[in-house]
Amino acid sequence: MRAPVSWLRELVSIPADQDGRRIADALVRAGLEVETVETVGDGIEGELRIGRVESVEELSGFKKPIRWCQVHDGRAVRGIICGARNFSIGDLVVVALPGTTLPGGFTIGKRETYGHVSDGMLCSERELGLGDAHDGIITLEEGIASPGDDATSVLGIGDQILDIAVTPDRGYALSMRGLARELAIAYGVPFVDPGQVEADLPAPSAVRALVECSSDDMSACQLFTIRTIAVFDPSAPSPAWLQRRLQSCGMRPISLAVDVTNYVMLELGQPLHAFDANKLQGGIHVRRARHGERLTTLDHVERTLDIEDLVLADDRGVIGLAGTMGGLETEIDEHTRDIALEAAYFDDVVVARMARRHKLSSEASRRFERGVDRELAPYASARAAQLLLEFGGGIHVGLTGVEAPITTSAIGIDVLEPARIGGLDIAPEQAIALWQAVGCSVDGSEGLVQVLPPSWRPDLTDGVDLVEEVLRLVGYDQLPSTLPQSPAGHGLSAAQRARQLAGTILSARGAVEVLNYPFVADQELDDLRIHPDSIRRSRVKLANPMSEQQPWLRADLMPGLIAAARRNLSRGAQDMHVFEIGIVFQGSAAPISDRPSVEHRPDAATWTVLNESLPAQPLMAGGLMVGDLQLPGWWGEAKRYTWIDAVAAVESVAEGLGVTLTRTSASEDGFHPGRCAQFMHGALVIGVAGELHPGVLSAVSLPERACAWQINLSALIELAQQVRPAPALSTQPVAKEDVALLVPVAVPAADVAAALARGAGPLLESVRLFDVYRGPQVPEGLRSLAFALRFRALDRTLEASETALARQSAVDRAIKECGAQLRA
Amino acid sequence: MSGPNTQFDPKQVAALDGQAIEDMVQQAIDAIAGATSLSELKEVRLAHAGDRAPLALANREIGALAPAAKAEAGKRVGFARSRIKEALDARQDVLERERDIKVLLDEAVDVTVPVPGLPVGGRHPLTTLMERICDVFVAMGYDVAEGPEVEAEWINFDALNVPPDHPARTMQDTFYVEGSDSGIVLRTQTSPIQIRAMLEHPLPIYVVAPGRVFRTDELDATHTPVFHQVEGLAVDRNLTMADLKGTLDHFAAEMFGQGIVTRLRPSYFPFTEPSAELDVQCFVCRGDSVGNPDRPCRTCGSEGWIEWGGCGMVNPRVLAAVGIDSSQYRGFAFGMGIERTLMFRNGVTDMRDMVEGDLRFTAAFGLES
Repeated sequence: MRAPVSWLRELVSIPADQDGRRIADALVRAGLEVETVETVGDGIEGELRIGRVESVEELSGFKKPIRWCQVHDGRAVRGIICGARNFSIGDLVVVALPGTTLPGGFTIGKRETYGHVSDGMLCSERELGLGDAHDGIITLEEGIASPGDDATSVLGIGDQILDIAVTPDRGYALSMRGLARELAIAYGVPFVDPGQVEADLPAPSAVRALVECSSDDMSACQLFTIRTIAVFDPSAPSPAWLQRRLQSCGMRPISLAVDVTNYVMLELGQPLHAFDANKLQGGIHVRRARHGERLTTLDHVERTLDIEDLVLADDRGVIGLAGTMGGLETEIDEHTRDIALEAAYFDDVVVARMARRHKLSSEASRRFERGVDRELAPYASARAAQLLLEFGGGIHVGLTGVEAPITTSAIGIDVLEPARIGGLDIAPEQAIALWQAVGCSVDGSEGLVQVLPPSWRPDLTDGVDLVEEVLRLVGYDQLPSTLPQSPAGHGLSAAQRARQLAGTILSARGAVEVLNYPFVADQELDDLRIHPDSIRRSRVKLANPMSEQQPWLRADLMPGLIAAARRNLSRGAQDMHVFEIGIVFQGSAAPISDRPSVEHRPDAATWTVLNESLPAQPLMAGGLMVGDLQLPGWWGEAKRYTWIDAVAAVESVAEGLGVTLTRTSASEDGFHPGRCAQFMHGALVIGVAGELHPGVLSAVSLPERACAWQINLSALIELAQQVRPAPALSTQPVAKEDVALLVPVAVPAADVAAALARGAGPLLESVRLFDVYRGPQVPEGLRSLAFALRFRALDRTLEASETALARQSAVDRAIKECGAQLRA
Repeated sequence: MSGPNTQFDPKQVAALDGQAIEDMVQQAIDAIAGATSLSELKEVRLAHAGDRAPLALANREIGALAPAAKAEAGKRVGFARSRIKEALDARQDVLERERDIKVLLDEAVDVTVPVPGLPVGGRHPLTTLMERICDVFVAMGYDVAEGPEVEAEWINFDALNVPPDHPARTMQDTFYVEGSDSGIVLRTQTSPIQIRAMLEHPLPIYVVAPGRVFRTDELDATHTPVFHQVEGLAVDRNLTMADLKGTLDHFAAEMFGQGIVTRLRPSYFPFTEPSAELDVQCFVCRGDSVGNPDRPCRTCGSEGWIEWGGCGMVNPRVLAAVGIDSSQYRGFAFGMGIERTLMFRNGVTDMRDMVEGDLRFTAAFGLES
């Protein structure tokens, strides 16, 4: 909402020392967000003078037609070159004298051009920063100024305009009337409400028939009026001041009839619509649209109507969308002599839905959605008629209308409630005075009082709304600063600590955290070769994605990591380990058809249904490694990231959280089938790591041998021990035994180590694979695995015979379970 | 010594003469001092303390002395030999120390060369900033609450007093999950966590809730469709808006420095009433830049205040939807954007830097922000 200070000052006596910036501050304190304060013609310095064109000589021979004009500026005649053609001899124009600077820093000089010395400039609106019009110079209406007058006051230069973002609860602030009331309260000055002043109109005269009206939905349209005006002069222009105010408010002047409806809307907040009465067939009827009905609205869009739409119709069909936009066919035009002026009250929700359905947000719909003054329509209609008759002539034929009974309900509130909620002292008289200042009537003076909000404040429905009115007008800056006594807390949960720890472990290992969008394309999943049945395949789709290519929500972190890695590669990075910890969406969402009531707590069954309708949303961690872990340098060769590093990333997180996982070979979608490990806890798969499939790498344009890993962090955190038992430390000497075994190549080393450990018994402290060998001394199909075993007892030094026995038992177990042979 | 001593060889006696011994000692000491390396000292030791050294030879002569002179000569030679040994040992220590120092010097390296450590990792500053915020509230006795990103529309909107026709629900803002009127959205705010906390936690409630939220804005320098918020909620008996203000003041001081306070401006949110916009005092200029063109402040645009978030007293309609008796309990709530906070706190100038996962951006923050 754009509000010129000059207009506000007309409605309320703002102290003279208050400029636009300070008035804006006052409004901000009251809860109206003033986004900008502009000064009209900001940047103009020097003299702008009204002049009259005395002669015009058309110059030819140039690229465009040029005029050499003689203009009388009240003191002398000046020769001025002008490229515009929208004026004639005798017109009043605006002359920028040499030496004057225009917005943008352009200074007018007396200079030779097109063969003449141009002694000034004839100005357009855009050149003065007053508006967008630049297809011609400004010409002024006869009578509002004379040659020699200072043009700045005539043009409103120096006036300030506040641009205010109005929150959805404050519909009344979409009018000068509402803003002026707030300023009257802020400055403590009296206020005469222009919305409650009955305009002086001539008595109705039956020079033609009244346009009749009716409504068959008195809840969606509680008030509908049509005022008929006859023999209006369609050629009468809007007065310059009215046009200028519309422009200041960001609206384009069109014709007197249209301009007046817009002007009264800005002034009072009541949307109005003018029909050409002679284009109507019969009266105007308010009803719901019928199946298949169509309407071309004023914006030249043909719309198919919905049966929920509230429309205005005449005997032929629909002529307008209620409170939203009129139809093209019954539009006012340059021949309109008889006007049917509509002023009505439409239900906010009905209009909001219609505007949304038709993606049609208009000045009218914005106001109806936020709530228009239920009692304003007749006043606004009369005010508009007064202006139409004054500037366009015509005869007042009269008003017809239908209206539902007005229902009001007072709010009962303890007069001390604002003080209690605010946590400060507010006397009962002060609270009551502030409620009265916003327009409420108050019954009672202490304890429980009854507060009846005014018709223009439909947002005031609950006690807390009245509390806010008092606190905002007392000023939030008056609130004390106190701390509540919160109960002793619990600190972070184990899961929250574990999540932080995982991030710290990974980044301490050299990984860099990224936070990727969760939007995924089918192509990305296909490139990763994720099987349609895989849990990693997205199953939750957006109805309105940012991009039609990426309608899915991720069930897997890999696509985002790949995109992040590629972005970094394209910016010159070569080596990286990127990781993300984030939610993925597994399984599908079940539509929720029943919405619980908001009047009470949902019962347990309802709450369960709500939650179970959502997809599973586990927390995952994943990483992608590209290029070198260690660069080549004076210390030696480069070390590439390999599957080993991917495995180590998973295991370092698991070990950090105190969970031991077993690692088996796996063939997870998208990974190299021979270089992929999965991490298990019992039968539960917790993670995967390895080299990506060469085909995948080429499909997603990543360098060869890139590796990746992924952990179901939610599952891992579940397994983490809350309290870890302390180990028993033996101070006895350790006995070391090495074992070399020949094992079939297909037997995983981890299985052999496990068999050794099972066989070795309780004296075994650790088993470590320290050498793997295939070569000439080892028969085909076998490999040599060398393990270092450490034995130790808690309570004594082990005898050599005990150690030898345990070693033998370990070897026997490996021979039995893994087909191993002891290597000679 | 009055008469001739025919039993002894008189020419040998000269070597045991006091002056002669003193000369031998002096020669040895000079040679020891002149030894500049351990090998030279070894030769000196052989020459002056070895079996063939003059003093060793002299020692052998003692037996030839008259019994009365033996003891004195023995004492004199023994003392001389111990002086030489002491000098040798002392010199040995000095030379060994010099050798050790030289070895270490020879082993010196240039410790300023780059070393091949692990690459530099980093946590995303948005993550660590959220953790920092949670830390402040945990210290005030709050719990950290969480909720799902794909959320029931009822929880994201209805229960928060955002009626079905509220502008915030339009397709322009909210991502809807497919399925005719699925009733499921990507949460547009962290506020649904309030509803979950109030339904699942016993009273009183003090929670802080960080999280990722979604709105259908195109990515540009100041917008992103996926961003982060943190939400705070307290529900207790007798809470006041002054308590809200005090909590926010404490929060601001912890985040931006002691003495930094907040400012509330009246505003509108469906889930709070009264509602306020929340500004934080500029922690760079502390207001000095206001009306002071000579000292402009880039952080606050010389406004003295920085828009930070929204807050208010929990609307009793919200309490009703979760079954909390608003005649007994009141609540306050607040929320702010994490991206926005990082932008003005750490001087990030482009939203895209926080979104695109550029390694250089995140690595620069290390493990904290």
